[in-house]
Amino acid sequence: MSSPLLNIGIFAVFVVITLVVVFRVSRGLGTATDFFTAGRSFTGRQNGIAIAGDYLSAAAFLGITGAVAVYGYDGFLYSIGFLVAWLVALLLVAELLRNTGRFTMADVLSFRMRQGPVRTAAAISTLAVTFFYLLAQMNGAGGLVALLLGVTGGVGQALVVSVVGVLMIVYVLVGGMKGTTWVQIIKAVTLIAGAFVMSVWVLARHGFDFSALLGAVADRGGDAMLAPGKQYGATALSRVDVLSLGLTLVLGTAGLPHVLMRFYTVPSAKEARRSVLWAIGLIGGFLLMTAVLGYGAAALVGADRITSAPGKVNSAVPLLALELGGPLLLGLIAAVAFATILAVVAGLTITASASFAHDVYLNVIKKNSPAAAASQVKVARWAAVLIGLVSIAGGIATNGQNVAFLVALAFAVAASANLPTILFSLFWRRFTTAGALWSVYGGLGTTLVLIVFSPVVSGTRTSILPAADFAWFPLSNPGLISIPLSFLLGYLGTVLSAEPADQAKYAEMEVRALTGAGAEKATGEPA
Amino acid sequence: MDHAAPTTTTAADWAAVHTRPDFVELRRAQRRFAFPVAGIFLAWYLLYVLLADYAHGFMAVKLVGNITTGLLLGLLQFASTFLIAALYSRYATTRLDPLAARIRAAVERGEP
Repeated sequence: MSSPLLNIGIFAVFVVITLVVVFRVSRGLGTATDFFTAGRSFTGRQNGIAIAGDYLSAAAFLGITGAVAVYGYDGFLYSIGFLVAWLVALLLVAELLRNTGRFTMADVLSFRMRQGPVRTAAAISTLAVTFFYLLAQMNGAGGLVALLLGVTGGVGQALVVSVVGVLMIVYVLVGGMKGTTWVQIIKAVTLIAGAFVMSVWVLARHGFDFSALLGAVADRGGDAMLAPGKQYGATALSRVDVLSLGLTLVLGTAGLPHVLMRFYTVPSAKEARRSVLWAIGLIGGFLLMTAVLGYGAAALVGADRITSAPGKVNSAVPLLALELGGPLLLGLIAAVAFATILAVVAGLTITASASFAHDVYLNVIKKNSPAAAASQVKVARWAAVLIGLVSIAGGIATNGQNVAFLVALAFAVAASANLPTILFSLFWRRFTTAGALWSVYGGLGTTLVLIVFSPVVSGTRTSILPAADFAWFPLSNPGLISIPLSFLLGYLGTVLSAEPADQAKYAEMEVRALTGAGAEKATGEPA
Repeated sequence: MDHAAPTTTTAADWAAVHTRPDFVELRRAQRRFAFPVAGIFLAWYLLYVLLADYAHGFMAVKLVGNITTGLLLGLLQFASTFLIAALYSRYATTRLDPLAARIRAAVERGEP
């Protein structure tokens, strides 16, 4: 259906443009502030666009659209949690985090706690979330080439995964946070523009009448496409699973370390707020377009053709592009999908390498010694290379397996281990080191245990280990249990700990968080 | 600690600022907006998910043309998110930012 050379050619143009930009902005990355936060010199608008670029993964573009195309309303329902979640970040997290931290999520969690144990816990959780997310993206890259470039052989897919991994390492090594941010900005603009053009096209084919589009969907797929229940409503248990997924999405976003790190790239809390406002506008607009695209694919391509295509639900967008604009539009959209993966993995890599260098190496191992502080950027670069190589290996090793659950797992850990601890740290005076450790390790541990013993891993035909059956936890999404449990553990760890909270540090943290006094200033020139 | 304070603000200074009436007012103003609104939008989102989950008949009712109750409520989730973001932006700019700026300036001049 596609012309691989055209697709590869358009993708190559994107790579060349981003590389040129990354090299051009890469001057003056000497200090840790430059490397990890681009000198805090991005404006709220630039950062908001970059957040959209970081957040809207290929899974969001292809997966959500495909879910709408095949399951109708339930795909739309799924998309809403990704937007509403940003209000948690806006009201409770973004500004306060910007004012109290420097580079990582662990800066905030450990601010008024004992450094060693809390920073270690926060770094483990950061690395777990980013690694799960990264592995899902790298694995997705392999699947995507099979779909878009017609590369079906194992060697060819391994090659593409390696190219993605190497590019991501180059972006991070050469450009640091500044280069990564520009890749995300370019990607967000192309992705949103592509989705916009296709949405207008779909609507134009139906006389710019959304109701008429829905009518065409209903004619082809039945009225069930316009109401909930097609994907999620099968059993009593699957309904509880949807609730669990919704809770996870809405509370997970504001605990994703790569999202949190983006708030350090702006000069002030006010710009952090502006970033989220821009992100909400762009992400909201994009998700509305995915609904139009999904219903467009259902009307113009048909769910049966989509599910029988090689990429199943993920092929809804490419098939729709082919239907609307022929091979050229398909090539453009394929390139956009690749660009999407590149920008997301680069953001994840810099987050993981920053946490390794700043949290694990500098603050835990070297006890914040001045000599080590000077070398943390070097350590971060090596960490980025290592993380890149491991994720290339992981992407190749899991090629052909369905690891889409890893994204949900990343959100579940973020919602269970990170968000409760962040909220307690920022808002609860009595919260202690023990409370923080209980909520991080409790949330992380519960999530992992429940996933291992869920139908995701064993017991059904679609499990990772279909032949085995050791599942006793019935839900695929653990959030409904693990999130409240983590809040409870944070509370219990605090009230049961012998050591009281450090009231002086709490007063300092609260004054800093709310006023921005003593907060890190911008050091870079405006980007 | 690695929080390199640009000023030589001491623990006693932070504690003094922490009890300033305008700081107490700032904290109250921030929480008075953020906590109830967070409660409201989370409850409204969960209500929506529960309706989509358990009230299939209600969500399938066609209101205008082919627009169902479910689609309308979903679009209202988008609308309420945009509205809350806009309201918070206005509230923060008019109520929180001036207070924060005044206290920050006092701390950085070293006169808590």
